[in-house]
Amino acid sequence: MAARLSRRAFLATGLAAGGALIVRLGGDGLGAVAPAHAQSIPDADRFLGKSLTPDAVDSYLAVRGDGTVTIFVGRVDLGTGSRIAIRQMVGEELDLAPDRIAMIEGDTALTPNQGGTGGSYGVARGGVQIRRAAATARQALLGMAATRLGRPAAELELADGVVRARDGAGSVAFGELIGGRTFDLKIDAQAPLKPHDRFRFIGQSLPRPDVPEKVTGHHRYLQDLVLPSMLHARVIHPPALGATLESVDESSIAGVGGARVVRVQSFLAVVAEREWDALRAARAIKAQWSGGPGLTDHAHEFDLMRAGKIERDQEVAKRGDLSGLTAPPAGTRTLSASYRWPMQTHGSIGPSCGVADVRADRVTVWSSSQNVHGLQNTFARVLGVDRAKVRVIYLDGAGSYGANGADDAALEALLLSRAVGRPVRVQWSRQEEHGLDPKGPAQMLDLRAAVDKDGEIAAWETQAWLPIATANLPNIPLISLDSAGIAQTQGRSTGLIYQNIDPPYTMANLNAVVHWVADAPLRTSPLRAPGKIANTFAVESFTDEIAALTRVDPLEFRLRRLTNPRGIEVLRKVAARMGWQPRPSPRRVDRRAAAVMTGRGLAYVHYKHEETIVAMGMEVAVERATGRIRVTRVVAAQDCGLVINPDCVRAQLEGNILQTLSRALHEEIAYDRDRVTTVDWASYPILTFPEVPRLELEVIQRLDQPPLGAGEAASTPVGAALANAVFDATGVRLRTIPFRPERVKAALAGPGGAGRG
Amino acid sequence: MAKLTLKVNGTAREVETDDPDTPLLYVLRNDLALTGTHFGCGLAQCGACTVLVDGRAVRSCIAPARSVAGSEVVTIEGLGSPERPDPLQAAFIAEQAAQCGYCTAGMVMSARALLARTPRPTEPQVREALAGNLCRCGSHARVIRAVLRASGRTPGAR
Repeated sequence: MAARLSRRAFLATGLAAGGALIVRLGGDGLGAVAPAHAQSIPDADRFLGKSLTPDAVDSYLAVRGDGTVTIFVGRVDLGTGSRIAIRQMVGEELDLAPDRIAMIEGDTALTPNQGGTGGSYGVARGGVQIRRAAATARQALLGMAATRLGRPAAELELADGVVRARDGAGSVAFGELIGGRTFDLKIDAQAPLKPHDRFRFIGQSLPRPDVPEKVTGHHRYLQDLVLPSMLHARVIHPPALGATLESVDESSIAGVGGARVVRVQSFLAVVAEREWDALRAARAIKAQWSGGPGLTDHAHEFDLMRAGKIERDQEVAKRGDLSGLTAPPAGTRTLSASYRWPMQTHGSIGPSCGVADVRADRVTVWSSSQNVHGLQNTFARVLGVDRAKVRVIYLDGAGSYGANGADDAALEALLLSRAVGRPVRVQWSRQEEHGLDPKGPAQMLDLRAAVDKDGEIAAWETQAWLPIATANLPNIPLISLDSAGIAQTQGRSTGLIYQNIDPPYTMANLNAVVHWVADAPLRTSPLRAPGKIANTFAVESFTDEIAALTRVDPLEFRLRRLTNPRGIEVLRKVAARMGWQPRPSPRRVDRRAAAVMTGRGLAYVHYKHEETIVAMGMEVAVERATGRIRVTRVVAAQDCGLVINPDCVRAQLEGNILQTLSRALHEEIAYDRDRVTTVDWASYPILTFPEVPRLELEVIQRLDQPPLGAGEAASTPVGAALANAVFDATGVRLRTIPFRPERVKAALAGPGGAGRG
Repeated sequence: MAKLTLKVNGTAREVETDDPDTPLLYVLRNDLALTGTHFGCGLAQCGACTVLVDGRAVRSCIAPARSVAGSEVVTIEGLGSPERPDPLQAAFIAEQAAQCGYCTAGMVMSARALLARTPRPTEPQVREALAGNLCRCGSHARVIRAVLRASGRTPGAR
């Protein structure tokens, strides 16, 4: 592959911003101006005033006089690789090397609103949309060149920045045809896409442009942004969630480096010229708080869900009837089980940050938000200014996997900049990120099945208790809007957490229903593959339980009930790689003497029943004395349709597996009546290097299919593959996440743990 | 304001501080504009802020700047640049061993300290040396491969 990217195309020497802005240098000997924010380009502001309407080619793509191509991408790259993959898609349609394409991400003044970044849609929707725009541009360039060269368009081709006659007689550069002007075209959904047998860039593992900077400490994160005259701030969040600020003793920070107090009702912060002084002042400040609504009892979280107010029920899937369960014929066996997934944090390694510069005539906010366009609307409303005066610019933060505290920190910077009349940087602490980021909600699923005398599933029922999301919520309610007394639409955001509560297998009688719970103990937001990690944990664990009841090999049990050939293929690939020997679970061994028990498990998902397909096998070793689970091997095969950049997709597969293993083995948010109590990495441990299993992964390339998304699907089978492997090893079924040693040890000591089988 | 002289990446740097307990992290990032060292927890739990002090991996978020006066401090910027990465950084690039990359600099520095004392570590030694560096994106397997690659070992087939 010749197109190993040069870094030049990605090195910018300043920052697109609302005005003349110099980013202070990081790193010795680099000169006066910092290198790239890879999310933008140095002279991005030359494009101000460009089209932003979602159906216009010019919203996504511009050709400059020198022939260089700039693309404008609303969905941002969170470390996933869309920064290279989308360039590959555009480069394919324009026959232009990706390193000759500049890219601007997530800037409300420059990029069209493609919706927030999420749902595995960065490439599958965002990239596909831009590819269509590029294909439309390609047709337009051919037409213009036909006129210019006096040849039919059919005799012309695009090649490395020019349109040329196929016979070599004449060519004209992109810049000459359209440079500096607009296409004035709507995206043509019928514009032909380049056929896959002529792909030059799609399907190649081109390296990501941001990795060299990230590995050398030269990548500029949001947290590194410094503006002239910027103040550093720390927000003093109340000791009890939602408490009211009664009084603040400003003298308590006198002498701390010139720090001063900013207060808007119960919104309290300290600002200082130097960051360490702001942090010291935040530690020193004395304030009196009262009240707070009071949280429910964490120890009874799932009982409270079951007993709580149900807003309404929603039938997700229904066919046949459940008489096999309600009036089982002779010989029918029934089984039931309840699965629980606790509340968890996004757990970003870098706590959230926000920088804002509120001026009389314009407002600029820099944020790692996954929803810059949503924030633009919210901030315009908060400030009472026209939306066009507010510009929100995405800059990379630490990975966020959904909505972490970024939106809150951005709002806080906005409020403080308005109050002090200078640019302000808000940096959250570790304790704030763990304590205040909106959480992935707790989920509970009850499953029942009837198995007839022939071992067929005569009926399946899923009942899921999930917190209800608020329709048309403009943004996740921001904590400091409440404390500052600024009205906002209250409600809950979760993502589409009901999907995949129904099994993907052939069965005649099925009912899957969600009981939408009216409330949840803490603020929630989408967290990677929202809901579907817990749902698939339940469905695929229960599938394994039925297979075990009927003494059928878990692979065979699934294959018998799958009709989708692509699903069958990923399962067979995993089985082959694992050397899967057909037998029922659990293993038939005498476990009473075993200090370490080993086993294997399998799980399968068709994400949202229409997107990416993943099969996953896992091998574990469980220590009886400690209850510690060691995951020794994970084998996965994924079919996500067209793969733009195989190495980036593989990285997403790795990340999905390891992050969700962490969640399944270790993670649970706890809280007392006032606040979250698991506010650091000691009380909320995550996966560490010594625990990382061997990964054997296969990504299937489907050149003739659309891309289906790689950012989430592979996270969903992890919990069940793990639980099924533990069951195979121990004969004990774990149904409540996380599988911490103390829980596993207790389960091993209980019924079924003594060496059954 | 007290003056403090630090030797960072081979150069003597003078900074002023009115708090003798100012952690090294804030001096590096805010006074010396070496922002490759990242704030992750302030509790020495995550490793994102790791730098080398006389060759040893140190969590700069809790180490007072004055405690390293007279020592050789090396930050991520002291190893190599995007154009001229040092061999360890080049191995991270070859393995594409970063997603969001926020934790990466700390891992490079921990690995650097390991390779200085154990030039040809085993895979378990690599894992152990990185046990205090947290990653949320799940780049671990690539990071392990990168460190083994930098040590001259051929990482196993993926």
